[in-house]
Amino acid sequence: MSMATLMHYAPQVINLLAALLLLLAFAMLAQRRIQLLINLFAAQGLVLAASAALVGLVSGQHHLFVSAGITLVLKVVVLPLILHWLIRRLNVKWDVETLFNIPTTMLIGIVLVILAFNVAQPISLLAGTVARSTLGIALAAILLAFLMMITRSKAVPQVIGFLAMENGLFFAATSATYGIPMVVEFGVALDVLVGALILGIFIFQIRERFDSLDTRHLEKLKEQ
Amino acid sequence: MLALLGSPLAGAAVLALVGHRDRAAELNVAFSMLTFLAAATLTARVIAGGALTVLDEQFFVDSLNVFLVALTAFVGMTTAMFSRPYMRIERDHGRVAAGGLRLYHSMYQMFTFTMLLVLTTNNLGIMWVAMEAATLTTVLLVALYRTHASLEAAWKYFILCGVGIAQALFGTMLVYFAAEKVLGSGTGALLWTHLDGVKASLEPTVMSIAFVFLLVGYGTKVGLVPLHNWLPDAHAEGPTPVSAVLSGLLLNVALYALVRCKVLTDGALVSGAPGERAAFASRLLMGFGLLSVVVAAFFLSRQRDVKRMFAYSSVEHMGLITFAFGMGGPVASFAGLLHMTVHSLTKSAIFFAVGHASQKAGTQIMDDIRGLIRSNPTVGWGLMLGTVAILGMPPFGVFASEFLILTQAIALQPWAAPILLLSLGVAFAAVFGKVQPMVFGDSNLIRLPHQPALVPVFSHLAIVLMLGLWTPPYLADWYRQAARLIG
Amino acid sequence: MISAAGIAAQLTELALAVVLAPLLTGWVNQCRAWLQNRSAPGLLQPYRMLAKLFQKEVALAHNASPMFRTAPYLVFGCLCVAAAIVPTLGTDLPLNAVADAIALVGLLALARMFIALAGMDVGTAFGSLGARREMLVGFLAEPALLMVLFTASLISHSTSLATIVETLAHRELVIYPSMAFAGIAFTMVSLAENARIPVDNPSTHLELTMIHEAMVLEYSGRHLAMIEWAASLKLFVYSCMGLALFFPWGVAEGGDWLGIVLALPGLFVKLAIGGAGLSLIETVSAKLRIFRAPEFLGTAFLLAVLAMLVHVLLEG
Repeated sequence: MSMATLMHYAPQVINLLAALLLLLAFAMLAQRRIQLLINLFAAQGLVLAASAALVGLVSGQHHLFVSAGITLVLKVVVLPLILHWLIRRLNVKWDVETLFNIPTTMLIGIVLVILAFNVAQPISLLAGTVARSTLGIALAAILLAFLMMITRSKAVPQVIGFLAMENGLFFAATSATYGIPMVVEFGVALDVLVGALILGIFIFQIRERFDSLDTRHLEKLKEQ
Repeated sequence: MLALLGSPLAGAAVLALVGHRDRAAELNVAFSMLTFLAAATLTARVIAGGALTVLDEQFFVDSLNVFLVALTAFVGMTTAMFSRPYMRIERDHGRVAAGGLRLYHSMYQMFTFTMLLVLTTNNLGIMWVAMEAATLTTVLLVALYRTHASLEAAWKYFILCGVGIAQALFGTMLVYFAAEKVLGSGTGALLWTHLDGVKASLEPTVMSIAFVFLLVGYGTKVGLVPLHNWLPDAHAEGPTPVSAVLSGLLLNVALYALVRCKVLTDGALVSGAPGERAAFASRLLMGFGLLSVVVAAFFLSRQRDVKRMFAYSSVEHMGLITFAFGMGGPVASFAGLLHMTVHSLTKSAIFFAVGHASQKAGTQIMDDIRGLIRSNPTVGWGLMLGTVAILGMPPFGVFASEFLILTQAIALQPWAAPILLLSLGVAFAAVFGKVQPMVFGDSNLIRLPHQPALVPVFSHLAIVLMLGLWTPPYLADWYRQAARLIG
Repeated sequence: MISAAGIAAQLTELALAVVLAPLLTGWVNQCRAWLQNRSAPGLLQPYRMLAKLFQKEVALAHNASPMFRTAPYLVFGCLCVAAAIVPTLGTDLPLNAVADAIALVGLLALARMFIALAGMDVGTAFGSLGARREMLVGFLAEPALLMVLFTASLISHSTSLATIVETLAHRELVIYPSMAFAGIAFTMVSLAENARIPVDNPSTHLELTMIHEAMVLEYSGRHLAMIEWAASLKLFVYSCMGLALFFPWGVAEGGDWLGIVLALPGLFVKLAIGGAGLSLIETVSAKLRIFRAPEFLGTAFLLAVLAMLVHVLLEG
């Protein structure tokens, strides 16, 4: 494939990946089974890595390849493996429970997407990058992950929500700005990894103390 | 400079290895002292030579952050001194094991390191990373006791701050995005010194959206209402030295990050969008600040746990400082900075006293703590004086700064002044009414196996008293310079 | 100006749809049988079935009104018009003036209304149960279908089906993420509307699950033949609509005979692949409980809305 064709189709493929990312965010929001949730998270990581690599290729910002590599290793392989191992160890086979029913959550999700698109619209107009219009999708993905975090009552889905939110942030970084500087990126990746590990330890401790992973048990501390 | 950051980092590494030994607490104090010495040297240099950047512009110290560096290192040191007997008593009570102590000491140093990194880094991205790292270390510290309540508090803390901090990262990216247009891509576009130079040409729309995200993100850590829910829980359930540094330092540091971003946003808005929108960031800060003051003041009276109550008091004071920075102008910013200093000194002193008091009573419920002044006059007086100071009674420094903020509010934002006064009045009645019976009256307390560390309490209170009566001229100069930086 | 060639082309297209519809149904059944390791009933089975039903005598309930007797013809008529306005072979046809996306949805809704009324006419329990369920499905599927069509309209700036197909077919290759979303949504809607497996099962008379079959339980003889034929036609219309929206290549642009003749093999191939795909979906998925159907269609609606939003943001 010649460079010209590449340059012609790359933005479209990036848009397609952005749309896929959004679709996966919704799929995660709607997913009831915890194993599938983890797989969806891994898929989202894969889309993310692909888009980062593609943006890197088109823009000539080669440090994005490193970012894509980190994402691939961390979010497609390491974290899903840890999560799968975690739920096996904890023997969590039950379905994910939600605080609202799923259609309601989806409707709220749509509203959030519209909100995100509106917020991102003025920024997108100013962006000069190949993937400029994807900023709104990135923001939407962040908000959807946020929604997932607050509507799920079990600890593990909340953790996945946390990680998915980071996915959205990473996508924002690559799409709007060709990636944040490398130092920062390493720092962010490290923080996410450490955060996930700490949360993993926490999940064990919560289970030990409460015999359950339902964070609705964590409601003793409130105002009288 | 390197010593400043290196000392706590080395401390964290060493204490991770030997933190469970008997002498670990002394080692902790020693490392904190070293940090403080480095901070003092750095402060002296900045006072003498003005702002400086180090290591390829990655670190940057000016009069605004050097005063926070000094404050952080100082309170870090005194808290380490306080935690020496405190943690020993906790160990004797069987609440922490040797492994827990090792984690505690190591994470304590790590936490100091991350806070100093937030303060001194010139890179907005690194600032975010360090802030997140500070969250992670404190989450571990809050969960130290492994009880139901402490796990719950830590989980809440993590989830809320994790969500918040993610918004801040998005805001940081937007800033980078705006800066990239002016400065070109690469690390340079995230360096605050560079950004400050070109702030007038940053795109105002992007910067105002970025500021909203940054406010939500760092505001969660500052404990601004309605993002404050984690704060009382984390303060009440963690070990008391951790509550002291959380209240006294971490909130300040988060607010510092927010102020840095506000300077940039203001710069972009004033030149890019004159008129109404120029005050965008200030209005947001004032709104959130005022809301925090009011809500926290009314929650104060409903608390039964003493540490929770003082945590709400922190929310209130942070709201007040945010409001002051939101008003802007040399006097209000001066008052805000002064209030930051005296609040963190007083609040950590109070937590020291409260820590000992609740260890004596074996509970944190205020109704069960009675007659401190009989059983241990120094702790009792420490708590009483600290409370009087934090409530803004003259002659303490808090009075001076609150007075300044109020007069500025009357001058600049007359509508807000009665609300502030009313809230401060409510807070006064609530806190004073609860602390008084704790201190006076019949005693029901036990003796403790280790002598409590009272030097930190009274040294803090003495400084606050001094600041209330007389501000040394070089200190005042220094605040003025910093206030000018904030604008 | 309507040319004689145009009228001829239009009639050919209509005749083709009416004749080919049972064949498509037969093909889907054939594929399904293969996939499920059964011996297939033969490709022409639907024709034999129709022939048999036409020869049989009609048994009417005592209280059946004229509505009950006319409904099969009305439904069949609605679907014939629908089949005529979907551009399957060419885009330059006399009926183009009315070939509007919203009109198409309206025609399909009209057919549904008649069949539901007929289902309730005799007053049996099954009839009204089926009618209620059918209306529930329709109520949820229609907005999703409209959203899918609107997405396509946004791209081509027109609600005329012919214009949509022309725009989509004759542009250079552009990847539309929105059309991918819309495609999934459309597939889900088609499954529900054609009483296919995740929502309904066309080959069962199990009272708890059936929707379409419950409604037409009272019909016999030539009435049933018309209804079955109309159902085949509906599947054909939906398939053609899907092909026209998402795989429009090969449709003749002018009204000339050559183009239409050339478009014919393309249509066959596309329909064959589409039918095989449908049977594959039916084989791998399990029937949903009826109460999960709203969720299924809600997801379709969501996807269609997302498609629109994505179009506005990414492609606008």
